[in-house]
Amino acid sequence: MSLILSSAPHIRAKDNTQRLMLNVIISLLPCVAAGIYYFGWRAALVIAVSTVSAVAAELIWQKLARKKVRIYDLSAVVTGLLLGLTVPPSAPWWMLVIGSFFAIMVVKQLFGGIGDNFLNPALAARAVLLASWPALMTAGYNVGRFDAVTTPTPLLSSASTMDLLLGNVTGAVGETCKIAILLGFVWLLITGTIRWEIPVITVASACLLGWLLGTDPLTTVLTGGLLFGAVYMATDYVTSPMNRLARILYAVGIGVIIVLIRKYGSYPEGVTYAILLMNIAAPLFDRIPVQRIYGHTKAKKEGK
Amino acid sequence: MKATFRGGVHPAHGSKRQTQALAIRDFVSDTVQIVMNMNIGAPSNPCVKKGDHVKIGQVIGEPVGALGIPVHASVSGEVVSVEPLPYLTEAPAMCVTIKNDFQEEWEELHPLGNVETVDPAQIIPAIKNAGICGMGGASFPTHVKLSIRPDQHCDYVLANGAECETHITCDDRLMRENATRVVDGLRAVMRAMNVKEGIIGIEDNKPEAIAAMEKACQGREGVRVQVMKTKYPQGGEKQLIKVLTGREVPSGGLPIQCGCVVVNVGTCAAIADAVIDGRPVIDRVLTVTGAVREPANLRVRIGTITADIIGECGGYSVDPGKIFFGGAMTGLCVPNDGAPVAKSTNGIVVFSREDAVSAEEDPCIRCGKCVDACPIGLNPYDMKISADVEKWDDCKKKHVMDCMLCGACAFICPARRWLTPSFKIAKQKIAEQAKKEAAAK
Repeated sequence: MSLILSSAPHIRAKDNTQRLMLNVIISLLPCVAAGIYYFGWRAALVIAVSTVSAVAAELIWQKLARKKVRIYDLSAVVTGLLLGLTVPPSAPWWMLVIGSFFAIMVVKQLFGGIGDNFLNPALAARAVLLASWPALMTAGYNVGRFDAVTTPTPLLSSASTMDLLLGNVTGAVGETCKIAILLGFVWLLITGTIRWEIPVITVASACLLGWLLGTDPLTTVLTGGLLFGAVYMATDYVTSPMNRLARILYAVGIGVIIVLIRKYGSYPEGVTYAILLMNIAAPLFDRIPVQRIYGHTKAKKEGK
Repeated sequence: MKATFRGGVHPAHGSKRQTQALAIRDFVSDTVQIVMNMNIGAPSNPCVKKGDHVKIGQVIGEPVGALGIPVHASVSGEVVSVEPLPYLTEAPAMCVTIKNDFQEEWEELHPLGNVETVDPAQIIPAIKNAGICGMGGASFPTHVKLSIRPDQHCDYVLANGAECETHITCDDRLMRENATRVVDGLRAVMRAMNVKEGIIGIEDNKPEAIAAMEKACQGREGVRVQVMKTKYPQGGEKQLIKVLTGREVPSGGLPIQCGCVVVNVGTCAAIADAVIDGRPVIDRVLTVTGAVREPANLRVRIGTITADIIGECGGYSVDPGKIFFGGAMTGLCVPNDGAPVAKSTNGIVVFSREDAVSAEEDPCIRCGKCVDACPIGLNPYDMKISADVEKWDDCKKKHVMDCMLCGACAFICPARRWLTPSFKIAKQKIAEQAKKEAAAK
């Protein structure tokens, strides 16, 4: 009789990395559908090109570097989808390929692959595209987008609240339909893929600060990439803090920076940079000894 | 509001529902192999030799050292060997093997009678003589736990009926079928230690056990049942104390330092047997489940061989890939089915070949699920970084010594990282280092 000897625990939870990534992909499907509904075949093309090239980039890197091929963990699919959903539907295919390769090879793999990147790959790639081809990245963007407004917006009159909710405005492929994003958020919550703190607190702090500075909270939520960023980008496991209190601080930071950029910055979009800035700060938040350890008294902790 | 603690996980309890419904039945095998080191502390010294005839309850191993407890013959019959035999994964252990003559001849017992009227000073010696050690899995000698120093004070005796481990249902059945004995044992401990309050903590997935224990508590002094939320590791000593009393065991300390003593319900029943009937530990209830044809809750003699128990349960249902003693979260693997049951063996679980295979470690994705799951409030991902590069001092700074190896972090980890095994090694290395340093001084 040959039995396997191993150390406990002998069972593992159902959710492995692949399943969690699959949950994210499923949660993005409403956004994909809304993008295709509003922007047609161009949107489908954008999403397809970015996703395929992200997976290709991952595969090529892992083959060249003779590393274990991990494309089946689906994390590259998520990166590609996120990138495709946050660019305008008019984005040219070559720009998407560059974006995906930058996300996977430079932001993710050069730092050690999954789990070791300190920036959200899709978001960092988006920032690079925005800096390199600002015209292409904001094409048809300022028309119906409300990020650029610095005063209580007269542009709001051009789109009703209902249009904003449904996504019947111009913008990035997957960011416009807020209903789709909320559907995805609910899916992520019920499957236990993400926790509620980061999205809710990011949006709440942005609304609160925006309101104090004179912006209608509804405008803050329904315009720009706030909701998409809060639900899909800020919650990226790798680049957000691990402890609950740290996550809350991180989310408040994102909300505040978004409003400051929208209000006082020269960029039309605050969400990308706000999240990237807080990504960098996430490891610092994790250093705060926020959790009390069972059986440790305060005095003992200070003594160390 | 049902009481609970911070963190924890919810492993599937599928097979529990099946064995929960099965009454305890007896099984006596023809041979028992009784190990001399069933308790924490030095192994007992065998005091019988090959060819001797022994009666049930006769001392066959004498206690050695401060933590020693006697070992008793669990069947009557002839001693066929006294020799070191392979045991679990450690080095061979001294074993006394007895061929059962099925005469069920008992050694003369010395009952003390009713737990409410017995002289309290006699209780702890009776517990020692009965060879009782923690039957929930820890196997710490019970009489040592209950003998507190004069400067220590105990406010609560907690009977642990949480049974939060997967697969195991022996405590559930014991509470349903022998509720009075459990309360008697708890009362005996309370009287021995002069404690006024005794609480029996049970998870809410055992309604029948809760009802039976509540009934058994009626009219008894100072004892009550507290229902707790079903969550792993609710039955961890530290979690149980926190939930039932709101107190915390100081880091690196013992429950008595916060005025508590925790005794498993199985141990309580054994204490009642020892005091009321003068009966030593010769058998125990365990759950046999997994890939066996007829899962069961069996009362078996100490020293019964795993293969005999599996045979009693209809044999393997598929080719076994892994067998462990205890639940799936903390159970200890056995190298083959020749391993004998010890006093602390609360279950035998068989996994099929497919279930036995461990997933390969993937890279950490920093999801933080381990941090949320840790019932102690540690950062498992961070300790693992240091453990992987064998920086044991860093592990210590990250409080790995507070880790109780419950397995919650490794269970929940989506990257299937070997968190708990790494911490087990880290704790061993740090303890070895401390020993070396102490020896150098």
